[in-house]
Formats: sequence, C-alpha cells, structure tokens
Amino acid sequence: MDKQKQILEGSHAIALTIKNIGPAVVSAYPITPQTHIVEDLAKMKANGEADFEYVRAESEFAAASIVLGASATGVRTYSATSSQGLLLMNEVVYNIAGMRLPLVMTCANRAISAPINIWNDHSDVMSIRDAGWIQLFAADHQEAVYQHILAYKLAETLKIPVMVNVDGFILTHSYEPVLIPNATEIKKYLPPYKPEDESYLDPEKPVTLGAFFAPQHYMETRENLHDDLIASLTLIKKEYKKLTRAFSIQANRTDNGLIEYYGPKKPETILITLGSVTGTIRETIKNNKKVGLLQIKVYRPFPAAEIIKSIKAAKNVAVIEKAISLGGSGPLYADIAASAANKKINLKNYIVGLGGRDVTVKMITQIIKDVPKKNAYLKFIGQI
Amino acid sequence: MKTPKIKLTVKATSSLNNKTGFWRTQKPVTDNNICIGCSICAKVCPDACIEMILLSDNSKLKPVTNYDYCKGCALCAEECPVKAIKMVNDY
Repeated sequence: MDKQKQILEGSHAIALTIKNIGPAVVSAYPITPQTHIVEDLAKMKANGEADFEYVRAESEFAAASIVLGASATGVRTYSATSSQGLLLMNEVVYNIAGMRLPLVMTCANRAISAPINIWNDHSDVMSIRDAGWIQLFAADHQEAVYQHILAYKLAETLKIPVMVNVDGFILTHSYEPVLIPNATEIKKYLPPYKPEDESYLDPEKPVTLGAFFAPQHYMETRENLHDDLIASLTLIKKEYKKLTRAFSIQANRTDNGLIEYYGPKKPETILITLGSVTGTIRETIKNNKKVGLLQIKVYRPFPAAEIIKSIKAAKNVAVIEKAISLGGSGPLYADIAASAANKKINLKNYIVGLGGRDVTVKMITQIIKDVPKKNAYLKFIGQI
Repeated sequence: MKTPKIKLTVKATSSLNNKTGFWRTQKPVTDNNICIGCSICAKVCPDACIEMILLSDNSKLKPVTNYDYCKGCALCAEECPVKAIKMVNDY
C-alpha cells in the first residue's frame, strides 16, 4: 500500500482520484479553471492508464447531456466544469437531479460574466443551488480528494447527483502535499456501482426515463427529492465517519463531514464560510481566544440544525462568502438567517473575494473588528 | 399522510395511457374514393396515429386514423396531394 504523500497540483490530484474511482464514461468541455482536470483525464485515457470512455463534446450542454445519457444506462460517470460552462449546463443539471441520476461533477468555482473574469468566486455554483444536487465544498486538496470519493458513495446510495466545489486557481492550480488513495483502497470503501433493477435504460428490459409527469404526480417527485435530500444529512455524517476510518483520516472531533468548528470553546464571535478561504481565516484567528470559525462542507442539503447548534451561544456571527444574490444578500447568509430567525444573534454578512480578489488576513481582521458594531448588516470587503 | 414514493421509470408504451384525441377541435375525414394510397399522410402525422391498412374492398393500402390520439393538427389534410382528407368540426 502506497502511503506516500505527493506534491500535486489540485487539478491533477482530482484527476488521479477520479481515475482510481474508475468511472465508465467521462465527458467534459474545457473551461478555465477546470481545464487541467479534464486534460489530465484525457491524457490518462490516451496513454492507456485508464479505461473509461472519454467522449469529446461540442459544448458544456452536450457534455452534461452525454454524462446524463451514460448515467441513465446504469454506469458510473464523471464531468467537470466552471462558471459559464455550468450556466450553459443549467437545464441539464436540473434534469440530472430530477431523473435521480448518481452523477458526480466537479465545479472549479469561478466568477460569472459580464464583465468577463476567469478568477475564483462562488457565483457559478450558487446559480444551481436549487437544482436538487448535493453540494460539497472543499477547503484544500486533500479534502477535495476525499470529498470526491464520498461524493460517489452518496450519489450511488441515494440516487442524487453530487457536485464537489473546489475554488478555481486557489485549489485547482496550486500545489500541496496530498495523499491519493489507490484503486484497491477506494474499491473497499466504494464498491462497483450496481444500479437498481428497472431504474436504468436497458434494451433487454425497456423502460422510459424522463417521461412526462402530469399534475397528479409531478409535485410528489419534487417532494420525494426534497425529503431524500433532507434525510441524507444523517447518511452523510455516517458515511463521513466510515470514510475517515477507511482512509485513516485524522479528522478533528468537531468535524462531522457536514460542518467543522475551529477555535475556542466559548467564542464571542463565529465566522462562517465555504471553501478555501477557511485556510486564511484559520491563520487569522489561530491565537484569538474569542473568535471561532465554522466551515460549511455540505451546503445542500443545508445542515441548518447543526449550524444553529454551533453558533447559538455566540454573540456575533459573520457570514463571509464569495457570492451575492444581487438585490438580496449572500446566499449562505440568507440560509443561516432563515434558520436563526428566532435566535438573538447579531448576524452579519460580508461579501469577499468576488472575481478572484485576494482575501487577506487584514480583511478578516477588519471583519472581526466590524462584526460587533451596530451598522449595515451587509458589506462588501474588498479594500483595506 | 405520507407522501407516496413516485417511481421515475415507466414501462415502455405507457404513453398510450394518455389519450390525446380530446384535444381536437377539428377531425380529419378521409374519402377513400379519392385517396390514391400514397401514405404521405401517415408519414407526416406527428403522433403516428395514421396506419396504412389493406381494406377488404380495395386493392391499395388506405389510411386509417386513430381518433383516440389524433389531435386534429391537419398536417395530413394539408399534405394530401389529391385533397382526399377534409377537416370537419369536432366539438
């Protein structure tokens, strides 16, 4: 067993993990900053190191449709995209969830045009927040690797597609020491995919998938998907525990796979965030006895009860996020505000890092100073 | 009440359960004496509800429309080269 860590680019680490997971069909259309992931997979296929079908597509709409179709035939599939690519896939993304296909897709998070911008923020994934996918957010390379393995386990158990979000450039193009589990180790945790009988397209046993649903049935399909997503919170925690055991992950006791708390036991202020900015916040608060950090790892289904449990004793809560529902607030803030509606918490929203603006220790320090003040509930923090 | 689990796959040919004939306000009526049996109507029918059948009193295949599914779009009447199909009110 190879337990050697390697220094890998985030995209390459994800590609190696996908190769070891062994999908039957991969289809994608290149878009910055996702490109290296699918380039690596194409190279592996061309060099004979992987035996999946790599189907080249003329657009993201086609790529998503190809993996939808492949998944509908009952095999494991993979795709990856970013930004405008995800927007172009939008219709298919909804179909994949509605048809309950266990697809896994990586989103290398990037800003949305106009103005055109290729750098990181979370505007792309927030546009499909309501599509019925499980949304995972990774903070570093290693977490991204394990979340992809977890993603397939969840998708295939629940028949719900899973998107793994990795911050464009910050994770996809940077190098970190990372451990890639080999195919044998992964197979022990994630057995080969066997779809349920009559749930997939098989010429021997013909069925229709994606049929017309009249008013007497449609509503229940949405309710079923919603209920299954909410119920999956328990399964995600269980599966995360199994994952940590299977791959000897040194997870903190405050990390249950849905959320992870870092900081003092009785914090006055808690900062909440998604993705890689977690690292910057940890660095900022490492010697702070009054400020804690809550990292949200699973954004959909939304772990409302877990979050409230973690923040209810704090006086101030700052939601720091890289997306804005224009004319509303940050989407994560809106979710937390809805869940904490009857709690006496000073809840504030800080929008940071849009279009790849660096989020610095200084900005986080400024936020920590600003939270207790009685002023605007929403602020853009871009300048120091 | 517990929400029933809806199965998303359905058996092949189950679309036949949804009859669409009642959507129609006009129905195509074919005059077999004018019809030359060219089968253009059957080919253009978007719902594939015209079947070419050998009727006992005729040597040529003639179109038979399935009114359970015909939505009355009139494509058959429009395309008929000998104007053997007439649209008549049906409500």
